[in-house]
Amino acid sequence: MSESTNALAHQFDDLEQQARSNTLGMWAFLATEVLFFGGLFTAYVVYRHAFPEAFAVGSKHMDVVAGTVNTAVLIASSLMMALAVQSAQLGLRRPLIMFLLLTMTLGAVFLGIKAWEYHHKYVENLVPGVNFVWEGPLRNQVQMLFLLYFIMTGTHALHMVIGICLLTYLVLGARRGRFSREYFFPVEIIGLYWHFVDLVWIFLFPLLYLIGLHL
Amino acid sequence: MSPIVTELPKIHYLNAAYGLKSWLLTTDHKRIAILYLITVTLYFFLGGFFALLVRLELMTPASDLLRPETYNRMFTMHGIVMIFFFLIPAIPAIIGNFVIPMMLGARDLAFPRLNLLSWYLFMAGGLFTLYVVVIGGVDTGWTFYVPYSSVYSNSYVVATGLGVFITGFSSILTGLNFVVTTHTMRAPGLTWGRLPLFMWSLYATSLVQILGTPVLAIAVALVGIERIWRVGIFDPSLGGDPILYQHLFWFYSHPAVYIMVLPAFGVVSELVQTFSRKRIFGYKFVAGASIGIAVYGFLVWGHHMFTTRQSVYAGLIFSFLSYFIAVPSGIKVFNWTATLYKGSVSYQTPMLYTFGFIGLFTIGGLTGLFLAAMGLDLHVHDTYFVVAHFHYIMVGGTVMAYLGAIHYYWPKMTGRLYPDAWGRFAALLVFVGFNLTFFPQFLAGYLGMPRRYAAYPEEFHLLNVMSTAGASVLAVGYLVPLIYLLWSLRHAPLAGPNPWGARGLEWQTPSPPPTFNFEKTPIVTDETYEYSLEEEEVV
Repeated sequence: MSESTNALAHQFDDLEQQARSNTLGMWAFLATEVLFFGGLFTAYVVYRHAFPEAFAVGSKHMDVVAGTVNTAVLIASSLMMALAVQSAQLGLRRPLIMFLLLTMTLGAVFLGIKAWEYHHKYVENLVPGVNFVWEGPLRNQVQMLFLLYFIMTGTHALHMVIGICLLTYLVLGARRGRFSREYFFPVEIIGLYWHFVDLVWIFLFPLLYLIGLHL
Repeated sequence: MSPIVTELPKIHYLNAAYGLKSWLLTTDHKRIAILYLITVTLYFFLGGFFALLVRLELMTPASDLLRPETYNRMFTMHGIVMIFFFLIPAIPAIIGNFVIPMMLGARDLAFPRLNLLSWYLFMAGGLFTLYVVVIGGVDTGWTFYVPYSSVYSNSYVVATGLGVFITGFSSILTGLNFVVTTHTMRAPGLTWGRLPLFMWSLYATSLVQILGTPVLAIAVALVGIERIWRVGIFDPSLGGDPILYQHLFWFYSHPAVYIMVLPAFGVVSELVQTFSRKRIFGYKFVAGASIGIAVYGFLVWGHHMFTTRQSVYAGLIFSFLSYFIAVPSGIKVFNWTATLYKGSVSYQTPMLYTFGFIGLFTIGGLTGLFLAAMGLDLHVHDTYFVVAHFHYIMVGGTVMAYLGAIHYYWPKMTGRLYPDAWGRFAALLVFVGFNLTFFPQFLAGYLGMPRRYAAYPEEFHLLNVMSTAGASVLAVGYLVPLIYLLWSLRHAPLAGPNPWGARGLEWQTPSPPPTFNFEKTPIVTDETYEYSLEEEEVV
């Protein structure tokens, strides 16, 4: 009980108000994030509409296997996150730490595969602004796809890195026993963030990797 | 009006702790408001300095005081500093920060540390911009239009863009904080229908900040990527679409106009009631109009692009919607005016600014309708008519309301009054100087004088001399309050908790308020602004 009293910030009357405020704050932040990625998705829609063939051709150079594996890894990490939130709600400290660590590990695996993919693109001379070489027609148009690929997945990866930092913060807090059945909303709202970042990938994966498959 | 006060409260937010650290690490919303007040004021005078150079150059038809390249940098820096570092933070971050928790009967905002972080982000972005000023400036116009900004400009676009990007997050976090605070921190009994109109305005503003600013952030980031890596996202020679940039930019930057002017509406709604001692005419309509403007504001951005290859049908729709947004704005103007009717109007300094606002905003708004008409817009696009129009909104509207709000809340912030005669004199000076500066620009623009040139034909000379003369009067009008407000900190008489006899929770706590605002959480039992009740009691 004393834990809970310490967790209450001075501006709030009770933990319930604090939890409500923090949850609403995270949702508002996610609304900002939707609009932030929305700008990128708008650019994608405009250029894919303008250059459909180039996008289909370029998309064939994406590593579909790596992308599929990464999708599975991220969905699994979301599951671990959901289990972590449940453990926090039930006040189970050890499972909470374990699931948080699993979430982080899967996130790190995702980033590792992503880095390997980036390296591969570099070797194939497909990085715009660094070493982009395209012998066939529609060079500029194909470059646009790779540019969007790097900007969109790069922004997504940056969000993953921030997510892993937030999870580290949760693990440290959980080890010190900061969370309880009354006070678990930090786990919940960072979970919201993590699921959001996963959700962005669910849109990125088909838009970038799969559009060339039907040609 | 209120009993004579002989001493300040013993412990208040200003003397609760001393030392630089107690300010730089504070989480008290009132102290953060003061931090913003100091820094935003500095940016205001910096932006004003650039404006003065622009006006001095335009005093003669030839480009003689500044080289054209320097002139381009001056008007760009004027725009960037004034918009991102004065107009957007001014009323929300200073006045809003200071009064929102008090209006709601709360101890602080929902996220005090986030509030402090917002200020640091604001400072970080501001320092980038100052750095650009020192090393040579930027010349793209505040709009950063591509491909000029991303390919051709020889000025410091990336550093400026980074400054705007970082400051944008300060704006987002402030908006987020206000939205959550409005939802969860209201005192018992303070229902949505009882919220002060200033709260409704800032709530609407915050929604726009949360939903609009990230799009600007990504647009500016893409310009930076294009410029640094020489790749073509918007560059037409590499297959990019410069119009896409304009869409992304104006998707934020038109709603940003409402970020700047909605808080001013809120201020005017407060002041017009206090100084006519009457409840607002049509509370629900004024409150709803704020939300309406925030929503419709997102649907009109295409009217900045009538002269691009945006389709004519899109243009028609944007034109129609731009007319439509005049409805909620009109509702507000009519309701403020109706509130004055049979009110007991007093002409103190804040009220003079309020009158100035209503008149000038109406002119700015009506000329906005001219510009929303596609045919006329093609004629006056990129002329001084547009410059005059948005200055009537931004300076005649927002700056007037900001000064009104500063004078209105100054006694609450400092515990002291200011010399009202000087205040009224300065308000008059600002009004006269403003009209002398910007009315001639409507004429020059309609006759065809384009914006953004250091030189112009001889025929516009007289109008430009008038404009520069007006700008000088305006500058004096802004300096006078700076002097007497600083003077008042030590020498003016004490104000007491409620010098204006105003309603609202913020006036029920001592001036200056204690750190946690209220001794115990107030309980709200009546409607807002029950001015008529007070008069009945007097009878």
